[in-house]
Amino acid sequence: MLKQTPLNAAHRAMGARMVDFGGWDMPVNYGSQIEEHHQVRTDAGMFDVCHMLVVDVKGANVRGFLRKLVANNVDKLKLPGKALYSCMLNPEGGVIDDLIIYFLTEDWFRIVVNAGTAEKDVAWMQKQAEGRGLAITPRRDLAMIAVQGPNARARVWTAIPGTQAETEELKPFNAVAFRQYFIARTGYTGEDGFEVILPANEAEAFWHLLATLGVKPIGLGARDTLRLEAGMNLYGQDMDETTNPLESGLAWTVDLHSERDFIGKSALQSRDIHQQLVGLVLLDKGVLRAHQQVHTANGIGEITSGSFSPTLQQSIALARIPLGIAPGAEVEVEIRDKKLKAKVVNYPFARNGKALV
Amino acid sequence: MNIPADLKYTKSHEWAKLNTDGTVTVGITEHAQDLLGDMVFVENPAVGRKLAAGEECAVVESVKAASDVYAPIAGEVVAANAEVEAAPEAINKDAHAAWMFTLKPDNAADIDSLLDAAAYQALVESEAH
Repeated sequence: MLKQTPLNAAHRAMGARMVDFGGWDMPVNYGSQIEEHHQVRTDAGMFDVCHMLVVDVKGANVRGFLRKLVANNVDKLKLPGKALYSCMLNPEGGVIDDLIIYFLTEDWFRIVVNAGTAEKDVAWMQKQAEGRGLAITPRRDLAMIAVQGPNARARVWTAIPGTQAETEELKPFNAVAFRQYFIARTGYTGEDGFEVILPANEAEAFWHLLATLGVKPIGLGARDTLRLEAGMNLYGQDMDETTNPLESGLAWTVDLHSERDFIGKSALQSRDIHQQLVGLVLLDKGVLRAHQQVHTANGIGEITSGSFSPTLQQSIALARIPLGIAPGAEVEVEIRDKKLKAKVVNYPFARNGKALV
Repeated sequence: MNIPADLKYTKSHEWAKLNTDGTVTVGITEHAQDLLGDMVFVENPAVGRKLAAGEECAVVESVKAASDVYAPIAGEVVAANAEVEAAPEAINKDAHAAWMFTLKPDNAADIDSLLDAAAYQALVESEAH
């Protein structure tokens, strides 16, 4: 039996094609996936992200617990509402999950984790928190809807009277609690917008209200091409427990310089790094896909995420390849029985409606 | 779902049309394009290639996924549609008009072994459950 979000009936009423996404019955597209992609790049779209889990961590010295738990440094979170992207590592330096931590008060931090890893994450957090007297609470009573695109914030301001004053000055990667809402200027598309956390029993009405304001529903298909163009990693594809963040394009999220010890730190420090995550643009005709082999001057690598980019109108990918291959280099990708030419590029590929490569 | 009565069908979701000159034109069904979504790449077999029935001979790729296309019956490729390779979205607009390639069958009677519209309709409905 697949799990359903509070928006399941709404998706079906809007003509969504539903798929089994890690045990959740989720919309992959409502009509054309490419049109949904452009809708977010040019106007505003909404995503059901209720399958992701909000976890509240409360108690004395939550910050001390998080200093140990995650690879990024929560001491960067100085002002209430500030958000931090981080990996949570196992002792071997592999990635248990990537997550966002919101600092609310010294005795209350909110963490949003991936759907497929949610149960594993909560169990891991509870194990690491033993003896600290903290309450770690999964919040399935909450729903989350991402509203993304250049007009997304204005639509939310219309939908929830009073929010404009509360959130107009909110900087990217910051959040504010307002009445029953928790509104974060975050997302997974490379566009401006909000992720709105609200009571699950209000989610469907909010979804329909946004629809009447011209915000179109966007499925997981377009969510994947949007995040890929934006150069954002997907857990389980671009990194997992067998890969470390330094070989996954996430070195910028790992704090190896401060004195602070965290789970996985010593393993990362003692490890030789041989690979890097790079962007690829296919020069020949075809479509790059995960697990295709990449032949480089320094050896073989593998595509971790690949698709067709609606913004660039050509195929793009993230690939884990040997070190020493720089942007501009040509590589060959094995697609079926052919070797096709691709170029190594810096990513993101596109953000804020514009192509960057 | 549009399943024209004048076409024949395969279990792997190709349609086949018998032309007046005895050749057979092949494409993917409306149902197949609906499952795959927005088409972005088509690779047809080369003209002159001899195909066995059920042989993998072409590829269609949507944003979501790649899918092989199989020869419905044995024959030699006598034409391939370059227009659909240049504009794969034509398959989404009208899957039965956006033909992929044409075969000269080894045996004219082979097309009779394919599914008719009613049988294909039943197949699509059974896969929906």
